[in-house]
Amino acid sequence: MAFRNFEDFAEGEEIDLGRYAVSAQEIIDYASQFDPAPFHLSEEGGKASMLGALSASGWHTCGMLMRMMCDTFLLESSGQGSPGIDECKWLAPVFAGDHLTGRATVTGKRLSTSRPGVGIIHFRFELFKQDGTPVMTVVNPIMFRTRAGSAAA
Amino acid sequence: MTLPPMFTPGHVEQLGTHVFTAEEIIAFARRYDPQIFHLDAEAAKQSVLGGLCASGWHTVAMWMRKQRDRTAELLVELERGGYSKVEYGPSPGFRNLRWIRPVYAGDAISYTSETAQFRPSASRPGWHVMTGRNAGTNQNGQPVMTFESSVLLKYPA
Repeated sequence: MAFRNFEDFAEGEEIDLGRYAVSAQEIIDYASQFDPAPFHLSEEGGKASMLGALSASGWHTCGMLMRMMCDTFLLESSGQGSPGIDECKWLAPVFAGDHLTGRATVTGKRLSTSRPGVGIIHFRFELFKQDGTPVMTVVNPIMFRTRAGSAAA
Repeated sequence: MTLPPMFTPGHVEQLGTHVFTAEEIIAFARRYDPQIFHLDAEAAKQSVLGGLCASGWHTVAMWMRKQRDRTAELLVELERGGYSKVEYGPSPGFRNLRWIRPVYAGDAISYTSETAQFRPSASRPGWHVMTGRNAGTNQNGQPVMTFESSVLLKYPA
């Protein structure tokens, strides 16, 4: 994939975010470090909960999305981080054995008024299970250097 | 039913402080967010963020950890205080997460959680929805992160 600056994203464009295989071990490792709720730590804890099975922390799913973004377009870009997340919806639990797929849609773009050589791209991210069930939507802006900004950096 | 103080709108809970080391910033980034400004201190100086700094997902994940740890303590205190049991359920999501300034290696981030609303769930009898305003502040008193959370709670469980 060619390196992308701010100018190389088009409004309405969709980017395939590839696949992410979710293992029980990874769910438990993440939860042990950051989100030790019973339903993120063991199959038994999951079964006893509203979610019905061992399920990934929603923050972990955000981490999976971030990795998918990095691997499919962000590392080959002038991306300079994000000022935040407007909205994140956890729509369905992510279970061990799930294979996630995803899509990024460019919903808008503008040049930064405060940082010369930087533009802001607005995205809508969607993750799905192998059967098409939506599991998460995230709406957020990401900063990218413009071609001139990249040349000057 | 007497509501525990932690469910009362306006209640602010101090969740504790975490120091972000360069090693853990890099370890998190390698796994989930391998952008150069989260991996390489020299290269990060050339980035808009200005230095090696934690992935925003790392900063907010540590809020979750601190929240879980403090909640575990609070639930013991509630039981001792004669309150009914509480069961924490999943969250439907969050809004307005702002990464206000970078969290650099060595920064000590103090986390807080303020209760905004506690109301019965419209769809799940016996469950409540608690919304909160959460923040992380660095050692200089500068906010680094704020967001609005939402969680399902069974009370009395």
